[in-house]
Amino acid sequence: MSKTTSVELGGIGQAVKRKEDSRFIQGKGRYVEDFYLPGMVYGAFVRSPFAHARVKQIDTSAAMKVPGVLAVITAKELHGVKLAWMPTLAGDTQAVLADEKVLFQSQEVAFVVAESQYQAADGVAAVEVDYEELPVVIDPFKALEPNAPILRTDKKDQKSNRIFHWEVGDKKATEDAFRKAGVVISQKTHYQRCHPAPMETCGCVVDHNPATGHTDIYMTSQAPHAHRTVFALVAGHAGLVEHKTRVIAPDIGGGFGNKVPVYPGYVLAAVASVILGRPCKWIESRSENIQSTGFARDYHTTTELAATKEGRLLGLRVKTVADHGAFNAHANPSKWPAGLFSICTGSYDIPAADVQVDAVYTNKAPGGVAYRCSFRVTEASYIIERAMDSLARELKMDPTELRRKNFVRADQFPYATCLGWEYDSGDYHKAMQVALDAIGYDALRKEQAEKRKKGELMGIGISSFTEIVGAGPRSKFDILGLSMNDGVEIRVHPTGTVLARTGVKSQGQGHETTFAQIIAEELGIPESNITLEEGDTDTAPYGLGTYASRSTPVAGAATALAARRIREKAKKIAAYLLEASEQDIEWKDYQFQVKGVPGKAKTMAEVAFAAYTNPPPGMETGLETSYYYDPPNLTYPFGTYVCVLDIDSKTGEFKIRRFVAVDDCGTIINPMVVDGQIHGGLTEGFAIATMQEIRFDEQGNCLNGSFMDYLLPTAVETPRWELGKTVTPSPHHPIGAKGVGESPNVGSPAAFVNAFVDALSHLGVKNIDMPVTPWKIWRILREKGVA
Amino acid sequence: MSSHKVTVTINGQKRSAEVEARMLLVHFIRDYLRLTGTHVGCDTTSCGACTVLLEGQAVKSCTLFAVQAEGKTLQTVEGLAQGTALHPLQEGFKEHHGLQCGFCTPGMLMSAAGLLSRNPRPSEEEIRWGIAGNLCRCTGYQNIVKAVQFASDKMAKGG
Repeated sequence: MSKTTSVELGGIGQAVKRKEDSRFIQGKGRYVEDFYLPGMVYGAFVRSPFAHARVKQIDTSAAMKVPGVLAVITAKELHGVKLAWMPTLAGDTQAVLADEKVLFQSQEVAFVVAESQYQAADGVAAVEVDYEELPVVIDPFKALEPNAPILRTDKKDQKSNRIFHWEVGDKKATEDAFRKAGVVISQKTHYQRCHPAPMETCGCVVDHNPATGHTDIYMTSQAPHAHRTVFALVAGHAGLVEHKTRVIAPDIGGGFGNKVPVYPGYVLAAVASVILGRPCKWIESRSENIQSTGFARDYHTTTELAATKEGRLLGLRVKTVADHGAFNAHANPSKWPAGLFSICTGSYDIPAADVQVDAVYTNKAPGGVAYRCSFRVTEASYIIERAMDSLARELKMDPTELRRKNFVRADQFPYATCLGWEYDSGDYHKAMQVALDAIGYDALRKEQAEKRKKGELMGIGISSFTEIVGAGPRSKFDILGLSMNDGVEIRVHPTGTVLARTGVKSQGQGHETTFAQIIAEELGIPESNITLEEGDTDTAPYGLGTYASRSTPVAGAATALAARRIREKAKKIAAYLLEASEQDIEWKDYQFQVKGVPGKAKTMAEVAFAAYTNPPPGMETGLETSYYYDPPNLTYPFGTYVCVLDIDSKTGEFKIRRFVAVDDCGTIINPMVVDGQIHGGLTEGFAIATMQEIRFDEQGNCLNGSFMDYLLPTAVETPRWELGKTVTPSPHHPIGAKGVGESPNVGSPAAFVNAFVDALSHLGVKNIDMPVTPWKIWRILREKGVA
Repeated sequence: MSSHKVTVTINGQKRSAEVEARMLLVHFIRDYLRLTGTHVGCDTTSCGACTVLLEGQAVKSCTLFAVQAEGKTLQTVEGLAQGTALHPLQEGFKEHHGLQCGFCTPGMLMSAAGLLSRNPRPSEEEIRWGIAGNLCRCTGYQNIVKAVQFASDKMAKGG
């Protein structure tokens, strides 16, 4: 019997307490705003009050007289250094500062630099801008009408407000499926505009040294290497060459996709530092964060399902109008304009599908970021899970029965979807059964029937989602041409302790702990003897960063494989030390043993010491290596969530009675960390389903641009989560892990909304768009004569 | 803008600085006293990342002027541990995974400290209401509640 991992080793599967916590609980974390450099100045934006207007004149003379103000930068100055526009990660261009006109409310118009943040704010108030208002386009459908004003007049070839039309699937086969169908449903939904809103907003401190030409950029970055490359591409001519530019992403206070794009603030802090020869800090306020950086979703979708009368799915047709705002600044892999939205066949064996997405410019803040989501999988999961419930209702079939009938079966994996994905592994029937057993589904349905007789409202919602994460294979996945692969370096020191560095960047996920656990498992070195560093482009190997649940699938795999490379060399050293041939050495019980001679063994620490003091003749000194991982496929986490809620039929107020989440993320590295991520993701899903939407009036005024009216749930509203697991390892990942951070945010909104609609379905309610608020429910109840 | 000398006793130490009348307490603590554990997460007194104890009571330091703390006693997250001995709340947060990105944690700890000083044995519901002025985006609060219960239990046993 071989030894398995132990608490002391802290390998895979152990609920190791986090290394990160010691500094955070003592106020010793170092976030971007905590950097105070000698001579540092502060930058702040003048922002547009209008959603669409010509900038006729900017008068900076009064601002320049404000005590402490050092500079006011406008598009004119940026043209002088060829930095007025920058590329977005989606291949569009974005004005760094409004160039001739503004395209959304709160757009950056001028950047004031001063000795203190208070003086910078004084300077902002003193800048006078003369605007001439232009017609505003807010509705994305109206934006597509032939007579709509064209917003992007800066782009010569832009003849409409359409950014792209993208389609995938087989139109003819889908048409045939709908023609043959016994039942067809059509469901219109809006996945509303929401915001990642991490607790730490975006910001940076840029320190350009005019003597050496080196630039240090402390930055809220989920992708430090990619950002350094972008800086070099955009501002190389202004001195930000890649070998002299160092991006440092220190502790990051949550990201959720908000910290993937490059924002004007980063560029302007760099410009200010170069111009003034002093470090410049820019930290956005919360209102600026919600109003100008990195919104998510805003998909208006019509979903149609075709099925036999017995409930066997035949075809799926999806048409989406995607509101991207003023600049196409989403952050999808280059070859995937609508991201991984074509995962929308979900957990079901659907023979034919036709999916179309039209992306549109409007006078709203730019974005479309992957908010706790692997590139539009959240939108995809939502529409299919909502449509499955609608179809079940049409068929008068229990929604679990319809799902069971159409799930991809465990024996079908690897499963090729009709839209071109190859699901790696899964057991959807099992995950759903575990969830239904945990919640006591059959009893709940009986209770619901009885309550309905009494006029009481109770809803049960199911969501059986399939995620698609770990982008990705370089043949298909790149951002601005950069392969979506990640590097890892591992150094084993002479005394047997380890320093490892990766190209990804934790924003709370706990890599310092979980990646150390992977190495502990592979090398037999206790995790407490392993330090993991990320976020400094001068020291860490290249990688595309942490978003889209890609760290464990890509960098986690690189970590395991780098450790195995270490073990290959270590084995040779062990053979030398044990005076045996390499073929006679085996890795067993976390050490090298001579086969059949249990007492004759060397630990990794002993081998490491020899690597520096007594390596075999002819072998290089030392024990270190690196590995760049190009995944052969994506990974496909899945699960079933069940929500039970009660609604007050007189007021529309509701209470989430229970929520059971059964997740399958393959091999679990640290169950404590996995559960923590699921708690957090479910809470964000709850917020989206019941509270959050960034809304605009007809003039393009943002109606809820602060935490006063863009609501985050507190501990009081947040439901108590009940978690369960199944474990179906990924067959192609070195340790079988799939990634988990986003599953709860992807899977849960549909479970909530399905429960709300279920509670009201006997009144003829077929859809309620998110956020489902008591006010919305009350209005429906009034309309139906109930309240 | 008038300027004022502000003297406070913070984490047991007397500290002074000359500040503008409009200087917010949180900026005084961070920018002048360089105690950067206290964070700023919003501009509307909503998130609680800036929570500190003023005369033993949890307050949002973004919504007080520094001059209002003149002559008063402050405690921030840096003052929770006694030497190398962690406060039971700090232990609880680590033990029960009550934090992920760590940004809300200092404010959450100080709110919980304020809660336990006025109600040493809170129920789950009372804990949830006690930290309702503090937003967390990562944890869903479930483990934070457990962490506060851990601290309450430990402190009741004299720990």
